[in-house]
Amino acid sequence: MVGLVWLIPALPLAGFLLLVFFGKRIGEPRSGWIGTGAVALAFVTACLVFAGLWGEPEHTYELSLFQWIPAGHFNVDIGILLDPLSMTMALFITGIASLIHLYSIGYMHGDSRFPRFFTYLNLFVFSMLVLVLGNNMVLTFLGWEGVGACSYFLIAFWFEKEENASAGKKAFITNRVGDWGFMIAIFMTFFAFGTVTYTQFLPMAPGLAQTTATFIALMLFVGAIGKSAQIPLFIWLPDAMAGPTPVSALIHAATMVTAGVYLLVRVNPILAASASWIPWMIAIVGCATAFLAATIALAQQDIKKVLAYSTVSQLGYMFLAVGVGGYSAAIFHMITHAFFKALLFLGAGSVIHGMHDEQDMRRMGALRKIMPVTAITFIVGWLAIAGVPPFSGFWSKDDILAYALHKSVILYIFGLITALLTAFYMSRLVFRVFYGDARWGESAEAELANLNAHTATNAVDADASAPGDAHDDAHGDAGHGAVHPHESKWPMLVPLIVLAFFAAIAGVLNLPFTEHLEFLNRWLEPVIGENQAHLSLGGVQLTIELLLSTTIALVGIIAAYLVYLKHKVDPRRIELPFFANGWYIDQSITKFMGGAGRKGFELIAMFDKVVIDGAVNGVGRATRGGAARLRSIENGYVRWYALMIGVGAVLLVAFAMTQVSF
Amino acid sequence: MGSNLSLAYLMLSAILFVIGGVGVLIRRNPLVMIMCVELMLNAVNLSFVTFGKMLNDISGQIIVFFVMVVAAAEVVIGLALIVAMARRRPGATADDLRTLRG
Repeated sequence: MVGLVWLIPALPLAGFLLLVFFGKRIGEPRSGWIGTGAVALAFVTACLVFAGLWGEPEHTYELSLFQWIPAGHFNVDIGILLDPLSMTMALFITGIASLIHLYSIGYMHGDSRFPRFFTYLNLFVFSMLVLVLGNNMVLTFLGWEGVGACSYFLIAFWFEKEENASAGKKAFITNRVGDWGFMIAIFMTFFAFGTVTYTQFLPMAPGLAQTTATFIALMLFVGAIGKSAQIPLFIWLPDAMAGPTPVSALIHAATMVTAGVYLLVRVNPILAASASWIPWMIAIVGCATAFLAATIALAQQDIKKVLAYSTVSQLGYMFLAVGVGGYSAAIFHMITHAFFKALLFLGAGSVIHGMHDEQDMRRMGALRKIMPVTAITFIVGWLAIAGVPPFSGFWSKDDILAYALHKSVILYIFGLITALLTAFYMSRLVFRVFYGDARWGESAEAELANLNAHTATNAVDADASAPGDAHDDAHGDAGHGAVHPHESKWPMLVPLIVLAFFAAIAGVLNLPFTEHLEFLNRWLEPVIGENQAHLSLGGVQLTIELLLSTTIALVGIIAAYLVYLKHKVDPRRIELPFFANGWYIDQSITKFMGGAGRKGFELIAMFDKVVIDGAVNGVGRATRGGAARLRSIENGYVRWYALMIGVGAVLLVAFAMTQVSF
Repeated sequence: MGSNLSLAYLMLSAILFVIGGVGVLIRRNPLVMIMCVELMLNAVNLSFVTFGKMLNDISGQIIVFFVMVVAAAEVVIGLALIVAMARRRPGATADDLRTLRG
């Protein structure tokens, strides 16, 4: 069964190839079903492989498909490394991606580039699987660039609008800064070990010189902060919300942005061999990002922007976990986060869809009566991310905090404050969108009655015409006056329900009470065993920590309740412009790039023009000039050529004479 | 065969070769140029035979057959070219045909 592993990336690739060549002809909605089917089959394969992997020694299986780059000592194979880490990643990537594909069929309905959307999604899933399953750094880099490119395509999917196109470019360019670090790390790994295959160089890592290991770890970290949106390269992620919402859910919450965390966990022996300030730096950057992004999320008005900053914040938690040696906690949080954040984004997408592309929370409210399924699933996601027991986010976040406390109290305190902020801003979002007064026109009750009447009259027509028409009618109405929110159709609701189920229960993967319940820890043991920080929590300490986390979460929720539903405090005292503008980090970068930075770049451009282009053009000019003179030799007279041959022969013989001694 | 005689043959071969070489270089009639090339080849043949005799080695004479066969083939091609040339541009010399100049 493990031999089937190559099918996992191959199926989305097949889907991509089919759609890229025939997508237009296949059309809507069949191209969507093909894309969904390819990924769903990959998920089924992943489950089969997972069952087979239990039988392998150390739960590790390596498969080399063929040689890719044989160049002297530098050998790169197209090979697959299947171990508990990559298996876990592959399972949740394909699982969540299938749900999001299904959701997209509903969400992208009626889009003029419907098949192309699924083409990109399949390519993205393929790239992501190459990233996690590749058995060497170059293959990981290939996937890394692949997801970056897909991210660009998908953020700028509605490129007709200028800001979407530039958001795509921003994401791509910011990612490139990180990719540079990753590339340097690959080169350095090859110089240090003579190979880039994980199973070959990772066991050698403990013997590496500390400075080399530090340098590699630093460069990998630069790569990781680009992809996983940490300080200072997080600025692309909030802008990436310009893409369609399923993209935000799949790429910018559940999968691609976790690549950086995956990479750092994968190379944990190198982090262990590097200087002790590297883990500290990772932990501090993660903690700072978590805190900073949480404060920014407090003051955002766009529903997707709140979730975007919340993603940045949760990724910060994962980095914190990596930095403090809680690798399993990082992966645990990655999994639970994938569930609840995908759920939240899809829920937000459902709301946006129902509100006819309205994203501003100030014009929402009281939607739980009109969109009951979306509301209930969203509330599950909210409780999970806010850290309310027994939902999944509580366990994973608490796992990270326990490791943070093990390393330093300050990290722990900042982690707790961030947890408080998280609970607060997520509650704010839920209260403003699903509770309170309806701010989108008439009151919720009237709207509900209106909706019922609307569907009743439309039911007959809908049967007669194509199923999509009711939806189009609603869009048409929206143009005339008040907004008429509506609940989404089943392809969008099924993924929500499935994700809500997992967001609620995923905590059982790694319950902290006894060692027998820490399934994920034991499962990941072959990959991270030696370098994982060892926690021995007493029952009392564990209880106190769990109680503290619960209290913090409840305090956050109650505070938000008081502010946004009871109006005890003016929200403007919390939503400071400083936070709303993201601590002015983006503006500062823009200002620098437009001013002093631009001058510097112009200097470099000058250098490029004068020196580099000069050298290249100079070679060209010299060749042309020389050739113009040389062409007089080629005069077309056969006898001249014969003479040249004769002269050449004589010269050769003369040269041979000088070399030979008789 | 005395060494003087061998030397004489070699001298003859050298003279024939030079005559042929100069002929290729100074004549413009393509037919004559081909004849001069043939002369050079045969001069070489002569020296091969002489060296074969001097060194008591049969391969010197064997290789002459190869040269003759190749020369025959070359003449076929050369004459064919000359005929084709004469049809297209009657009376053209080698110097008139310089379309491929740089």
